[in-house]
Amino acid sequence: MDTMLTTPLTGWHAAHGAKMVPFAGWEMPVQYEGILAEHAWTRSEAGLFDICHMGEFTVRGAGAKDALSRVATQNLDTLAPGKCRYGFLLSPAGGILDDLIVYCRGADDYLLVVNAARTAHDFAWIGSHLGAGVELADISGATAKIDLQGPKSFTVLSEVLDGDWKALKYFNFVETSFAGAPLIVSRTGYTGELGVEFFCPPETAVALWEECLAGGVARPCGLGARDTLRLEMGYPLYGQDLTETTTPAEAGYGTLPASPAQYVGKANASAVRSRLIALTIPGRRAARTHDAVLPAAGEAAGEVTSGSFAPSLGHAIALARVSAKAAEETDFLIDTGRTRLEAKRTELPFYKGGTARMKLG
Amino acid sequence: MIPGDLKYTKSHEWARIEGDTAVVGITDFAQEQLGDITFVDLPALGAGLTEGAELGSIESVKAASDLYSPVTGEVSAVNEALASEPELVNREPYGRGWLVKVKLAAAPENLLSAGDYEAVAASDH
Repeated sequence: MDTMLTTPLTGWHAAHGAKMVPFAGWEMPVQYEGILAEHAWTRSEAGLFDICHMGEFTVRGAGAKDALSRVATQNLDTLAPGKCRYGFLLSPAGGILDDLIVYCRGADDYLLVVNAARTAHDFAWIGSHLGAGVELADISGATAKIDLQGPKSFTVLSEVLDGDWKALKYFNFVETSFAGAPLIVSRTGYTGELGVEFFCPPETAVALWEECLAGGVARPCGLGARDTLRLEMGYPLYGQDLTETTTPAEAGYGTLPASPAQYVGKANASAVRSRLIALTIPGRRAARTHDAVLPAAGEAAGEVTSGSFAPSLGHAIALARVSAKAAEETDFLIDTGRTRLEAKRTELPFYKGGTARMKLG
Repeated sequence: MIPGDLKYTKSHEWARIEGDTAVVGITDFAQEQLGDITFVDLPALGAGLTEGAELGSIESVKAASDLYSPVTGEVSAVNEALASEPELVNREPYGRGWLVKVKLAAAPENLLSAGDYEAVAASDH
């Protein structure tokens, strides 16, 4: 790609010492002071992340709920206004085309948040399944997304915005305003910590960003820390841990798609040929995406989909896709090309101290 | 930050040669490019190293990279502190973040002066 896409905050990042890298066609900050410092600050204080690259759609009009129920796995019958829910878009074969959060804003009125690299695909795919009378709009260009995450995120939130924030529950959101423009505050995130995701017009993004940083409690963080934070929680990343050849059941979400609707791919969503498993590696040396995974005694079983040193744990961790049979094993070897690492199957999350679900007030 | 009293490789290692021994590390430019270092794989005491050949590897949060020896000889000391504090390489790449000491078996042939290395680092930006 010749020209990188930029966010309303790209100039701010560059002017404040961020190391910028290409990500899914976007010029994004990978780090400010360093991934380890930003990771630690988000776990103990609050981190602020520019996530403007992600895509947002609206689905509205008479019949929107039923139409969306035919293409997304979320049960919209039980999704009340002010609540949001995680789920998938599936191929007819049950493979994950994307993971997304659906927000219910009112009767037949939904907001969808999708992955940056899948925005164009998802728009065409969803559009081809909605039918007449339901309006799908891509509002990504008119929507900035900023994540405020960490145990002290609500202290920052209360300083920036008036409101009874302690009443905001996990996977709930409110529509309010900031600097005279609309603002959605959603108690969701990708770090495992207490926090919110903001959606606002690009015009007010820099002001919101700077107000969040003003008290010194929240610090700007890059996508590097976002990746280590999400991996410690075992949250999957589309394109690595989730792919079109992975079903929800294979990814460990077999119980999630409880929608009664006949959504695309439902008949095959519970097929299991492989499994996404969590591996803990005793040392600091990390496994990386595509490294081969072998049972301790046996032939190749699969490969690492995400791997890193886990800053909060002090050792390496990985997610790996292995054959359903091999997934029953406990001990594995990972061939990194440089060495073989011993790995042991474990349960998610890797990091158990996350504050995301903390009860407030 | 490129100290004038050291010799350098194009692959961003440095050597401080004192008599028949060399202290080896990676440059400030290299640690800056790598980001937070989380693991350093070093040769065993007594291992033989060859100028330009692999010395070990170094991992940051984002990637693993090979290290190349600036000198030829036998490993006479290994920086054991890096096993638990690999971040020393980020903090003090020319000091407490050194990697190995090598008893020289031959004079290095292809090392760069600080001035020449500065040009290499500038072009790798």
